[in-house]
Amino acid sequence: MTAIDIPPAIPTAPVRASLLRRLVRRPLGLASAIFLVIVAIIAVVGEWIAPYDPNKASLQLVLAPPSPAHPLGADSSGFDILSRLLVATQVSMAAALVALVTALILGVISGLIAGYYRGWFDSVASWATSLIMALPGMVVLLAARAVLGPSVWLAMLVFGVLLAPAFNRLVYAAVVAVRGELFIDAAVVSGLSDMRIIGRHVLSVVRAPIIIQSAIVLSIGIAIQAGLEFLGMGDTAVPTWGQMLNDAFINMYKTPLSLVWPSLAISLTCIALTLLANAMRDELERTVVVRRRRRRAVTTATGSVAAVTTSIATGGGDGELIDDSVDVPVVSAETIVHPDDALTSAQLTEPILRIRDLHVGYDQPDGSVLEVVHGVSLEVRKGEVHGLIGESGSGKTQTAFAVLGLLPRGGSVTSGAIDYDGTALHSAPEKVYASIRGSRIGYIPQEPMSNLDPSFTIGSQLVEPLRVGLGMSTRDARAKSLALLERVGIPNPKRTFAAYPFEVSGGMAQRVLIAGAVSTDPDLIIADEPTTALDVTVQADVLDLLRDLQRERGMAMLLVTHNFGVVSDLCDRVTVMQQGLFVESGPVRTILKKPSHPYTQSLLDAILDEGPARGPLVAAGEQPEGARA
Amino acid sequence: MNALLEVEDLVVEYPGKGLRAQPFRALKGVSLDIRPGETMGLVGESGSGKTTLGRAVLGLAPVTEGSIRYAGRDIGHLGRRPRRALADQIQVVFQDPYSSLNPSLTIEQILTEPLTARGVAGTQAKGRVRDLLDRVGLPAGAATRLPREFSGGQRQRIAIARALALSPRLIVCDEPVSALDLSTQARVLDLLIEIQENTGVAYLFITHDLAVVRHISHRVAVMYRGELVETGDGDQVTSRPEHPYTQRLFLAAPVPDPDEQQERRAARRALRAEAEGDAA
Repeated sequence: MTAIDIPPAIPTAPVRASLLRRLVRRPLGLASAIFLVIVAIIAVVGEWIAPYDPNKASLQLVLAPPSPAHPLGADSSGFDILSRLLVATQVSMAAALVALVTALILGVISGLIAGYYRGWFDSVASWATSLIMALPGMVVLLAARAVLGPSVWLAMLVFGVLLAPAFNRLVYAAVVAVRGELFIDAAVVSGLSDMRIIGRHVLSVVRAPIIIQSAIVLSIGIAIQAGLEFLGMGDTAVPTWGQMLNDAFINMYKTPLSLVWPSLAISLTCIALTLLANAMRDELERTVVVRRRRRRAVTTATGSVAAVTTSIATGGGDGELIDDSVDVPVVSAETIVHPDDALTSAQLTEPILRIRDLHVGYDQPDGSVLEVVHGVSLEVRKGEVHGLIGESGSGKTQTAFAVLGLLPRGGSVTSGAIDYDGTALHSAPEKVYASIRGSRIGYIPQEPMSNLDPSFTIGSQLVEPLRVGLGMSTRDARAKSLALLERVGIPNPKRTFAAYPFEVSGGMAQRVLIAGAVSTDPDLIIADEPTTALDVTVQADVLDLLRDLQRERGMAMLLVTHNFGVVSDLCDRVTVMQQGLFVESGPVRTILKKPSHPYTQSLLDAILDEGPARGPLVAAGEQPEGARA
Repeated sequence: MNALLEVEDLVVEYPGKGLRAQPFRALKGVSLDIRPGETMGLVGESGSGKTTLGRAVLGLAPVTEGSIRYAGRDIGHLGRRPRRALADQIQVVFQDPYSSLNPSLTIEQILTEPLTARGVAGTQAKGRVRDLLDRVGLPAGAATRLPREFSGGQRQRIAIARALALSPRLIVCDEPVSALDLSTQARVLDLLIEIQENTGVAYLFITHDLAVVRHISHRVAVMYRGELVETGDGDQVTSRPEHPYTQRLFLAAPVPDPDEQQERRAARRALRAEAEGDAA
C-alpha cells in the first residue's frame, strides 16, 4: 500500500493577521514603512509645502550656505535647496514608479502566460527574456536618450523593459511549480475559466514574491534614475534628486554640504525599500510555505544519507473537528502481553534488543517538551522478526528511530532505557552509535529513492561503509558488494553497481538498500515500512527476499509497518502501538486471530480483504446482469 | 440501460523529450463503459496507465486516438469552453488530500468555487456549503477553517464535498483512500457508497488495492502496461481472476492470516515458476 505520510498535526496559530499588521510588529519594518509613507506624502504635497518657488533663481543666493531663511542653503543657480529637494521627490519617485509598473506589467503577465500555458509562448518569452538580460542596461539607456531625447519618463519606460525579466523569471518559476499541484487540476475540472484559475489560485501563490521584488526594483529604479540625471542625461528644467546631486558635485569644493542632502534622500529611500522588502519576505514566506513533511537528512553510519520522515500526532489537536480514525478505545497504560505459543517458544532465545519504559519527546519553541512516546517496553529476541504495527502518528517510527539514535532535530529519549546486546544506547554518545549503527544494526528505510545519494553511483555507496566500517580493501569491498547485489536478486549486478540511483526503479533501489543493510552482517535489522512505497507485486518479491535473508543469516528484525498483511507474512511476534503506547504484544497468530485489546480488534475489523464483494449493479426494474447474459 | 461513459480504443500519447523522440504511449487502445449509478473499479500498478485513463476522461490528458463518449456525446476532443460546461457532469477526487486543496483558501471558498464559476450568486453558494459539509459528515464550523487544520481523512471528505457541489453524474476517484490509514479508509469508502446510493452518481474508481476495489466496485477492470487485461464483475475478478497478471496481483497482496498467507505465498511461487517454465 502506498501511504502518504500524514504530516504532523502540530497545532500552530493560524496566521491570518494582515500583512501590514504583522510588518508593523517588526521594528525595522515599522521604521522603513513610516519613512516611506513620509516620502510618499512629500511626493504628493511637496509643491505646496516648499517654502520657496523651486524654479525661482536668485543671484544673491548662489551657493549660499545654510541660514535660518534657507535651512539647507542654495545651489549654483541660486535655487533654494530645501524647496527643490521637496519638489524633486515627486519626479524621482514617479520616474521610478514608471519603471516599476512597466516591468511589472510586462514581466508578470508574460511570466503567468508562459508558465501556465507553456508551448510556443514559453519558448518565445524565454528567448526574449534571455536577450534582454544580456543587454548592458546603461548602454541601452544612453542610446535611448540619444534617439528619444532627454525625457525622464521615456528613459524610465525603457529601463522598465530592461527590468521586466526580473519579474518574468520569478513569476514563471512560481507558476510552473504551482501548475503541477492537484488543486489546479481540480479547479479546471470544476469548470473555472483560465482567467479565474490564474487570478485565484496562481496569483495568490506568486503574489508574495512579486511584492517583495517590487520593493527591490523600485529602489533600483530610484538609484538608476538618479544615476542618469547625475550623468546629465536628464531634462534640466525638471528638478530631480539626481540632478541636484550633479549640481552639488560640480561645486563640491565650494559647498561640500549641499552634496549631503540629495545623497541622503536617495540612499535613505533605497535603504528603506530594501529593509521593507526584507521584512515582507520574512513575514510572507513563512505563511506561503506549505508544510508537507518534516524531513531532515541525517547521515547514517552506512555513509548514505537517510531522509527521515516522521509524523507526530498530538492526541487531539485543536483542528480535530471530528474523529475520523476509529471509535478509539480508551488507551490504558497496561500492555496486554500474550504468552508464547508453540511456534514462538520453539525459538526462545536471548533478547538482542531490550527497550524499557522508553519516552521520546520533542522540544517545543516555548521550552516545553511534547511527548510522543509515553513509556514503552519491548524485547526483540535473537533471530526473530518482531513487528511493530500502528497507524500514522502512533509513534512506531519514533520508537525505531530512538533505537537507531536518528531522532529528528529537537527529539530525544527523555527517559527509559534501550539496551542492545549489552550496550546501553539511550544515553550513548554519537561515538558509541557510530560503532553500532550500520555495522551491528542495519537500517532499511521506507523511501528507497530519497535514501540513496543521487550524485554517487550505487556501487560507491555500497563499498564506502564496508571500507570505512569494516576496514576492507577496495577490491574485497567491491567483490562483496557485487555478490550482495546478486544475492538480493538484481539481474545485472555489474551494471547496477556502476549505475546512479535515478537509473534504477524503486523496487531495485530497495533491493540495493537491503543489500547495503545486510552488507556488514548485522545482528539486528530495523526496517521502517520497507515495502510501503512499492507496488504489490514488487512488495511480494521484496518480502520474500527479506524472509530468505533473515533465515539465512539468523538476523533479528524489528519491522515497523501499518500493514497487517506484511506482518502476517514476515513476523514471529507483534506489538500493536496506539498514540505513543503499546496496547498489545504477543505471537503473530494470537494477535491476528485472537486479539484481546479492542483497538487491535477495531484495526483488524477495518481490513477490507475479508468483506464480501459489492456485486453487480442492479438498477430498478431490471434483471440482474447475470440473468440477462 | 445505456452507458453513461463509453471509452473506445483510447490511445493517449505524451510527446517524448527532445527532438525526434518517440512519443510515450501511456494507453494502448483501452475500451470500457460505465452505466449510470455504477462503480467501475480500475486496478493496476504504478505506470499501468490507470491514472492517465482517469485524466483523459477528465480532459486533463490528450486523446491521441479513439473516443470518449459521455451520454452519447464525444468529449475526447472538446475545446476549453465546452469542456468547462461539462463541470456539472463529471467531477474528480484526487489521491493526495494535501495538494488537492489550495492551502491559502478557506473551506467555504473551496466549496463555493465550482458554484460561483457557474454563475450561482455568492450568498446562495455560501448557503449550500453547510449542506455539502453535512453530506460528507463534517460540522458547519469547518467552513471558516483552512485545509491545514484538518487531518488527511477530513481533507478527503472536503474534496468529496467539492466534487458533489455541482451534483455530477460521474466522479473520477483517483486513489482517494490510498493516502489514508486503514480505519479512515473504510469510513471514506462507506461514505462514497452512501453518497452513491443517495444520488445515483457513477464512479470510475482508480486504485492499486484489490481489497478496496472489491469493497466498492460493481465491476472491475484490470490494467497492465497501458492495456486492459481483464474486465468483469467485482467478485469474480477479485476472488477468481482469470488473467495471469490479475492472478499474480491477487496472490501478491498479503493477507492478515499467517497460515493463509503461507499458502498464498506458495501458490504465488508456483505461479511464478510456471510462468518461468513457460518462458524457458
